[in-house]
Amino acid sequence: MMQNHEEHDHHENGSELSEMQLRVRALETVLAEKGYIDPAAIDVIIEAYETKVGPHNGARVVAKAWSDPVFKQALLANASEAIVALGLMNRVGDHLIAVENTPRQHNMIVCTLCSCYPWEVLGLPPVWYKSAPYRSRAVNDPRGVLADFGVALPADTAIRVWDSTAETRFMVLPMRPAGTEGWSEERLATLVTRDSMVGTGLPKNPKDA
Amino acid sequence: MSTDAAALRATQSVLNIPRNAEGPVFGAPWEAEAFALALQLHDRGVFTWTEWASTLGDEIKKAQAAGDPDTGETYYHHWLATLERIVAAKGLADAAVLMRTREAWQRACARTPHGTPIELRADDFEN
Repeated sequence: MMQNHEEHDHHENGSELSEMQLRVRALETVLAEKGYIDPAAIDVIIEAYETKVGPHNGARVVAKAWSDPVFKQALLANASEAIVALGLMNRVGDHLIAVENTPRQHNMIVCTLCSCYPWEVLGLPPVWYKSAPYRSRAVNDPRGVLADFGVALPADTAIRVWDSTAETRFMVLPMRPAGTEGWSEERLATLVTRDSMVGTGLPKNPKDA
Repeated sequence: MSTDAAALRATQSVLNIPRNAEGPVFGAPWEAEAFALALQLHDRGVFTWTEWASTLGDEIKKAQAAGDPDTGETYYHHWLATLERIVAAKGLADAAVLMRTREAWQRACARTPHGTPIELRADDFEN
């Protein structure tokens, strides 16, 4: 298994929150301290909107890359530029890098801070993505984490874990499922799940779609 | 009240909340957080949606007078300003306390290496 800590390019100089994030956090902290709100209840509300945040165009991006070799090349060269050029959104977080799954290498992304999740493409991070157990196990035992998600990869497929930094975010470009020859981009997009772009899942089986 | 029902009431009572056919949509995670905070404060009876809509309308007017582009992209900036104003007006948290807490979070962020959850400590509140 490919697991190398030098690949984990941590940002060592502290973290950053935008002015808006700071103001929201300050409100939440003060109101929770005084008992006016319950942070757990806030989380429940936000979770209900997990898929309603951001343009959420990851599936269309992946389907396009499966169908259009020129776009795929552009996506792997510079995902931010390629996605903006598609016209799906005005801006994508500073540096988005798309990493391609192949029969030899499966990719997973991990990060603690939701600000380092490519929410413009994938929506809000699921709760497990932010949890400490996922973070540490994704790094130490990615194959075990995949097994928990019901994903079993061939033993000779290496797993590479990409740890987001404050400047760089990742998305996984999953492999196009067999049996989808001749499918339109629109139809292909229905196979692309959020988890398949985080690397904790595979695209849906075309037979079940 | 379930989240969906509460959100529906909010979108019916407060005009212009960005939404699609299924309900509110957000441009960034903090916007969803700001929305959730208002939903819960309303649930606890801190304000009525009528009250909220009138304060929000006032904030939007103020922002437009100050040159806000009014394209809808800044909607939650006004929403957040409304939250801050209402919690101050109701005596829940005044502007000074919010500013002090905001600065403490900024200090906590600056000292927290990436890859570690950001947590507030008492000394973040010292200058």
